[in-house]
Amino acid sequence: MLTTALILLPVAAALVIAILPLPREMTAGLAFLAALMEVGLWIATAARFDFDEGGLQLGTTEEWVESLGISYSVGFYGFSLWLTGVTVVVSAAAIGYALWVGRDRPQAYHALMLLLTGAVVATFAAQDLLLFYVSFEAMLIPLYVLVGVWGGARRQAATLTFVVYTMAGSLLMLASVVAFGVTQETFSLLDSGTSDNVWIFLGFAVAFAVKAPLFPFHGWLPLTYREAPPEVAAVLSAIVSKTAVYGFLVIVLAKFPEPVEDFTGVILVLAAAGLVYGSLLAFRAPDLRGIVAYSSLAQMGLIMLGLFALNDLGLDGAVLQSVAHALISASMFLLVGMVERRCGSGDLEVLGGMARGRPVLATVLLVAGMIALAVPGSVTFAGEFLIMAGVYEEGWGYAAVVALGIVLAAMYVLRLISAVLHVRPGSAVRDEALDLRLGELALVLPLVACLIALSVWPALVSQSSFPGDRPARVISERFR
Amino acid sequence: MIETPKVDWLALAPVLALLGASGVALMAAVLVPPWMRKTVSAVAVFAGFVVAAVFAGIVFDETPQPEVLLSESMIRDQLGALAQLILAITGAVIVFAAWSERRRRHDAEYYSLLAAAGAGMMFFVQAENLMTLFLGLEWFSLCLYILVAIDTDRATSLEAGLKYVIVGGFGSAVLLFGSALVFGATGELGFAQIAAAEAGDDAFLVTGLAMILAGLAFKVSAAPFHMWTPDVYQGAPTSVTAFMAAATKTAALVVTLRVLVTAFPDESEIWTIAVAVIACISLAWGNLAALAQRDVKRILAFSSVSHAGFMLIAVAAASEQGTEALLYYLVPYSAMSVGAFAVVAARERELAAPVTLEGLAGLGWERPFYGAALWIFVLGMAGFPLTGGFFGKLFVFSAAYEVGDWWLVLVGVAATALSLAYYLNIVRWLYMRSGAELRLAPAGGSPPRELALGVAVTAAVVVTVGSFFAAQPILDLASDAASSLSF
Repeated sequence: MLTTALILLPVAAALVIAILPLPREMTAGLAFLAALMEVGLWIATAARFDFDEGGLQLGTTEEWVESLGISYSVGFYGFSLWLTGVTVVVSAAAIGYALWVGRDRPQAYHALMLLLTGAVVATFAAQDLLLFYVSFEAMLIPLYVLVGVWGGARRQAATLTFVVYTMAGSLLMLASVVAFGVTQETFSLLDSGTSDNVWIFLGFAVAFAVKAPLFPFHGWLPLTYREAPPEVAAVLSAIVSKTAVYGFLVIVLAKFPEPVEDFTGVILVLAAAGLVYGSLLAFRAPDLRGIVAYSSLAQMGLIMLGLFALNDLGLDGAVLQSVAHALISASMFLLVGMVERRCGSGDLEVLGGMARGRPVLATVLLVAGMIALAVPGSVTFAGEFLIMAGVYEEGWGYAAVVALGIVLAAMYVLRLISAVLHVRPGSAVRDEALDLRLGELALVLPLVACLIALSVWPALVSQSSFPGDRPARVISERFR
Repeated sequence: MIETPKVDWLALAPVLALLGASGVALMAAVLVPPWMRKTVSAVAVFAGFVVAAVFAGIVFDETPQPEVLLSESMIRDQLGALAQLILAITGAVIVFAAWSERRRRHDAEYYSLLAAAGAGMMFFVQAENLMTLFLGLEWFSLCLYILVAIDTDRATSLEAGLKYVIVGGFGSAVLLFGSALVFGATGELGFAQIAAAEAGDDAFLVTGLAMILAGLAFKVSAAPFHMWTPDVYQGAPTSVTAFMAAATKTAALVVTLRVLVTAFPDESEIWTIAVAVIACISLAWGNLAALAQRDVKRILAFSSVSHAGFMLIAVAAASEQGTEALLYYLVPYSAMSVGAFAVVAARERELAAPVTLEGLAGLGWERPFYGAALWIFVLGMAGFPLTGGFFGKLFVFSAAYEVGDWWLVLVGVAATALSLAYYLNIVRWLYMRSGAELRLAPAGGSPPRELALGVAVTAAVVVTVGSFFAAQPILDLASDAASSLSF
């Protein structure tokens, strides 16, 4: 029941907001309240969750379309509960940010944001292939409008490339869903067995590779992350991309052991290429959004390396890094949005010297940046180290690439920090540009606080994602 | 004393109810004073559709086994009854959608013909021999010819009517010739008797089969027999277009399936391939042509061609699951097309001009309800989840995959990808372009509150979204209906 409530609360709130003709501030306030309630609900769910026990928990199954074996089946594993946790936190921060900046047409905007939250939560909870597909697609509808209506100047081109890429992936996945479900005679992820059909495997893998995105399926990423409103970009890169991680875990790795074995080499090479390529592009990007966007591509490559190392260390690292990256990229995108609002531009050329007289902004950006570049002792360092150790077993070359990625991350994050805070004062930075306001701080600080807490205790996530902390065995036994 | 055949009045009740309503409406055109003609005829026809729906429901409930009636010229079964139910509900919603149309003359005649066309379709889906098949086809076609051209003060309406008469007449002739060839080859008219005659690969029979299929494909508006569709859909009064898109297709597809399965089971290897090929051509042609259109009614017309393609995939599966998929698909499809055309009709009246894509600019913000409704309809047509359109496509693909037509699944998926371009383009114009880009000045003043149209659109939204969540109950009905055909 709790799981269903976690899905339905944002959806119900979205419907109420769409229908009730409230004044602007009240609409946005109501949405923020609903998002906070969702966080509370998640805490209540996590309190009921037994991290030591294996198998699905807090599950509900209702028949939906019996004749085809489709059911409404939801529930959580350790790792999906953590992914849901960052989802509700990040979406609360994003909705709070939209409230703070006062987005136009608040009724439509907030209804769509809440709908998106509900769809992402449903994706992480789905234990039926069809329900998974439905939620996965349902994310696209609000995203399309959120970027297309509230985005920047080139939003139309951005939505077009975004939709073309994701739909191409999704429709391949639909063909795979049909083929897998019909041959298994059930769509339930709990009851279905494994398949060795390479084509069905590829349909899923490509769809998730587009969503993540994994090099070379990232063509939609730069434009979309640049043109989306900052909080929508935060949601996209922080949590929507993680649905691909979830899909790889519960569908690709668990259901297609043989094709995965055949394709591991290819995927590892692509992920490594993405890590280096994304890092280099982030280092060369001329604007803040570009740096954060391409660093997202690099980080997703890193997470893929961990997943397809297919051993305990790699999988633990991938989940930990997913949670950490969600919090980091959300706080970075929100901070970028705050800087852009002050300066009217995100071009590194015209920024600089913002540290003087703005101590709070400088401190928060520096702390978030330090964690993003995986300073030893941070949660990202723990995650990247686990991934590096895991992927080392697949070949020392991959571990070397991960190490290179960590170095490059330091380079592009430091470049971002110095370009915003230090160097000479930029032409777009006026003296009147304020330090972070209390409201803005209240949105970013919880995200950074979560990061610091996880840095102190990364085992909270990494040891409770899979029962008995034996992820490779759990996956080979298909989560039973 | 001549012995008359036993008449099963219950099986004929839906048809008779609508014929009665049609008669009342026609009388109203003469006997009732002008100011209440529209009201009387609309109420009578609405009541007719409701009564027909109730009777169709009773027939569905009380007919576990198919029965042939009236010298084996008609059949009473759950397939026909379910199709009649869909047709009746569609018709009832169309009465609401048509209420807001301002017509200078012929209001009562309009409703009378609507009921008569509905009656013809209901007769058509019960046909069990080639004679009643042709009779039903002509019956509703003639009504539609006049309905398309009923706005005699609009040149486009007249033009559409003329085109429809000529092309439709040609289609009927092809069907009739095909029937004659089949009769020549087997000496039988009844579907079951044609199958029993076992004429084998007789050239006349196969040619006749091909011509019957072509004749029905005209009514389904499957490519390459769809040439009339865009022009007629564009020119006809929009409520008539909505009725044709939903009801004509429902009737014609159900009958196509029935004829092929009951009369030509031995030739199934031939016609499954033929239908699959027609489906692929429809998907390709409909979607590609829709990309090039600016007029929203033409876009929706080509989209209906591509939907015919999707539903023909289900026919090509020639299985019980395929039949279920087809019958399920018809429910959200009918709702989506009626709803989409109803919103376009509202915009048409507001602009006092045909609705192009530019004409939709800003509609989503100016009229939040109609905008959101059109958004739901086009996303449903594109097969997005949270609408029945998604399950429709899923069931069709599953049925095709089950019988080994995996290549049809891939064609369908590719067609869906293509169709997104124009469906999402509509959403883009609705929400992402400002009303300032609107090239046409609104007709002036705020548009009247169209309560009846609102009811029609609401009903369409409820069915579109409801059929997603309540897929199983609809599928149960479809599966009962599918069991009345034997594969």
